[in-house]
Amino acid sequence: MTHTISFKLNGIARKLDVEPNDVLIDVLRVKLGIKSPKIGCDAGDCGTCTVIFNGKTVRSCLVLAIEADGGEIVTLEGISKNGLSPLQKAFAEKNSFQCGFCAPGIILSATELLKNNPAPSRHEIQEAIAGNLCRCTGYAPLIDIIAGVAKNKAKKR
Amino acid sequence: MEHFKTIGQSVPRIDGLDKVSGAAVYVDDIEFGPGLLYACVVESPFAHAKILSIDTSKAEKVHGVVKVLTGKDFPWKFGLYMKDRYIFAQNTVRFVGEQVAAVVACDAKTALRAAALVEVKYQELTPVLDPVKAFEKHSELLHPGIGQYSHVPWFFPKKDTNIAHWRKTRKGDLDKGFKEADVILEDTYRVPRYAHCAIEPHAITGLYDNAGRLTLWSASQSPFTQRNVFAEALSPLGITHKDVRVITPYVGGGFGGKAGVSMEIICAAVATAVKGQPVKLLWNRAQEFYNTYQRQGVVAKIKMGVKKDGTITAIEHTLYWDAGAYVEYGANVVNAAGLSATGPYKVDNVKIDSICIYTNLPPGGPYRGFGYSEFGFGLESHIDRIARQIKMDPVAFRRKNAIKAGDILPYGAEMNPNGLHECLDKVEKAIRWGHEEKPSGPNKAVGKSLVLLWKAPAMPPNASSSAFLKFNEDGSLNILVSGMEIGQGLLTVMAQIASEVLTVPVSKIRVETPDTDRNPYEWQTVGSHVTWGCGNAVKRAAIDARDQIFDLVQRVHCLDKSELYLEGESVKCRTKKDWSLPFTGFVINGMQAKDYTFKGGPIMGRGVFLPEFASAIGDPETGQGGKPNVHYTTGAGGVILEVDKETGKVKILKVALAVDAGKAINPELCEGQIVGGILQGLATVLYEDMRFSDKGKLLNPNFSDYKIPTAMDIPDEIVPILVEVAQPDGPYGARGVGEHTMIPAASMVVNAVANATGARIKSMPVTAEKIALAINEPQVYAKLFK
Repeated sequence: MTHTISFKLNGIARKLDVEPNDVLIDVLRVKLGIKSPKIGCDAGDCGTCTVIFNGKTVRSCLVLAIEADGGEIVTLEGISKNGLSPLQKAFAEKNSFQCGFCAPGIILSATELLKNNPAPSRHEIQEAIAGNLCRCTGYAPLIDIIAGVAKNKAKKR
Repeated sequence: MEHFKTIGQSVPRIDGLDKVSGAAVYVDDIEFGPGLLYACVVESPFAHAKILSIDTSKAEKVHGVVKVLTGKDFPWKFGLYMKDRYIFAQNTVRFVGEQVAAVVACDAKTALRAAALVEVKYQELTPVLDPVKAFEKHSELLHPGIGQYSHVPWFFPKKDTNIAHWRKTRKGDLDKGFKEADVILEDTYRVPRYAHCAIEPHAITGLYDNAGRLTLWSASQSPFTQRNVFAEALSPLGITHKDVRVITPYVGGGFGGKAGVSMEIICAAVATAVKGQPVKLLWNRAQEFYNTYQRQGVVAKIKMGVKKDGTITAIEHTLYWDAGAYVEYGANVVNAAGLSATGPYKVDNVKIDSICIYTNLPPGGPYRGFGYSEFGFGLESHIDRIARQIKMDPVAFRRKNAIKAGDILPYGAEMNPNGLHECLDKVEKAIRWGHEEKPSGPNKAVGKSLVLLWKAPAMPPNASSSAFLKFNEDGSLNILVSGMEIGQGLLTVMAQIASEVLTVPVSKIRVETPDTDRNPYEWQTVGSHVTWGCGNAVKRAAIDARDQIFDLVQRVHCLDKSELYLEGESVKCRTKKDWSLPFTGFVINGMQAKDYTFKGGPIMGRGVFLPEFASAIGDPETGQGGKPNVHYTTGAGGVILEVDKETGKVKILKVALAVDAGKAINPELCEGQIVGGILQGLATVLYEDMRFSDKGKLLNPNFSDYKIPTAMDIPDEIVPILVEVAQPDGPYGARGVGEHTMIPAASMVVNAVANATGARIKSMPVTAEKIALAINEPQVYAKLFK
């Protein structure tokens, strides 16, 4: 049976029909054309499908679309549309990512971290992105950037 | 020292903004509209079986199913180096997961549901899972057609066996070498299979339009090789090379797994059966593990002789490769190892047998390191052991035997200029070799080790690269190449090379991923050869464009072209100070002559590179005579680690890895290769472990059970070291470093564990369980592990 759901996607109100077993990642990618969250494992292991749902990162391959009803979703498209964040700029400037497939998920996880914990320890950064697998970078360059951006923010305050 | 403007600068990647903003498009992100069809594959549940019948009738009746296809529809072989595979299994299946049929439907869920309704009857055959048993005379034969498959001239399959290729390398006099030795050590080492685990699974969409053109959007490292293999395999349909177009947008990680052709052939074939509609084939994570390529397993027997002074007098290295069900690509991994399994050491008496053996496990193939990681585990373990046996410092032992430029390689050619000794010295210093470190607790032990590495690009002697370069009105550039951006930074490095020649800043250069219709030829992006090969082509294209500019200026301005040079995006002249002609004035619209006519036109450079000195034809019995490897990149890796002697848990405190890049065109990108490659290598020795059932079924094809490292699992400290001893035929002296960074990891960990605890592990992975048993219950260890 089809359900009609409404939610805010990157600041814009959306309304659409979904099946009860439709998964959020598929609805975002196929029905709404939001392509930055990727499918890497479809089992919640790799974190490439990460989106921010009601202020918290979730694996959108583990969320049913109907659960999003009434909620608010932010993807990398939403973060980027009014210009890149200091975190995104720093990642680009220092050549942190390689293939880039994990980047949307890692940027969202790091964005969430810095919002809730502006001065994270190195260990806290590692924990915050531990659910986002990356096979290219060895993580250290990513951790360095997140730590550096947090430090810069602290200086500016 | 030559002074460079752009070369050697860590400029930001030209694809950086695409990737951090979410703008980067990967294959599955491309929209094809409501007409898009989805394919789902029916897989063999058996490692070895005869197909008795396939009944597709129930699947065909499902609403939304467009077509069900089987081997009968495409009875054609394909393969890169050896055509030993069919598009779909014909009469026999040879590994669990092999494609037997495919369902095409209007949506992915319907295709999946209908695929479950295809009824295949099998007669099970005995699976052959152990390469050493498969090598034996009376083993069941997996490919009775062996010997009839067409293959490259440097493979030597043996009729009526499971041996798909046997690379023999013989140098000097082995018996004499062993007679000269004071100590001889002989042992066996085992390396299992591994998975690439690129985070993007394989993905491809194909469209065979009603005009007869076949276009594939493919997540691939090898667009031109794919076009060639597709055109060859599908030629019975009248499809030719000009009809096939392969477009490769950004790829979410390759590591060799997206080289050549694996699952993509299914989509290319299936697309021809649903003419006029695009069809998408996505691999799920499990399929990514069992039906692409896996890194091959190997059983390595090593016999080494040394003198008391540390001179290696002889090496006999026999490698039994578990190459899997099909070896169309994997046999070349075996070949590469067979030429180089002495490691980067000067050895006068050598016997290498590298044997490619069919088994009923998933097809083996290329994986970052291409055989060198695999043989390196045993070889570097052996070297540490034999050095300690003659009471020599293992680092001094390596220094004594490490190869130098001009030394004779196992197959008779000369070693290229290299910075191996410099790498060794720098790593030795970085890990404070000889300095004892204090463990953090009473049950802990600290160990160190240092190992050497080398690797050559494994490629046919005529693997070519080419480039087009065109100016735009504002003096900016578009460069067209078919080297693939797989994360390593190829696009940026190509822009830096052109920038250096033409003085156009990198920020004004666009290089995009390939489209075989528009971009010129590149063999494949593998073997860490594109910085070198494709870079040479781009440099030549830039020089070609520059020469066109100089010719034009000479013609129009009557200036001697030998006096012209480029500076700041303008043409300048040594004999005419203050004279300057900016590119913007003429690179598209030509140069105005005194009579007001225009000369020239759009400036377009063209560059081609083929290593004309290479040849693959060595003697089949000795390997002597050819020049199969264009050059070696060398390096050294060192580690400091701590072992918990109770639990066996290893903590990596520090890794130092030095690699000789020839010239690091973008040092930050090279360092990125080191830091990433080390972790991928450490994962093979510490975390990853592929488990098969006794029937040949992979038991852990997912990230929950096959553990790749997370951000929590990284070394405390990594020291990347770039050494630069120029490669004479490389662009600005550059050679590749991408794969090399993974090679030393396993052997340096196992040697450091032995250094810390005395426990010698001879099989990978080196798990905490193995270490704890080897320390605390050696008898149990000996019983459980070989």
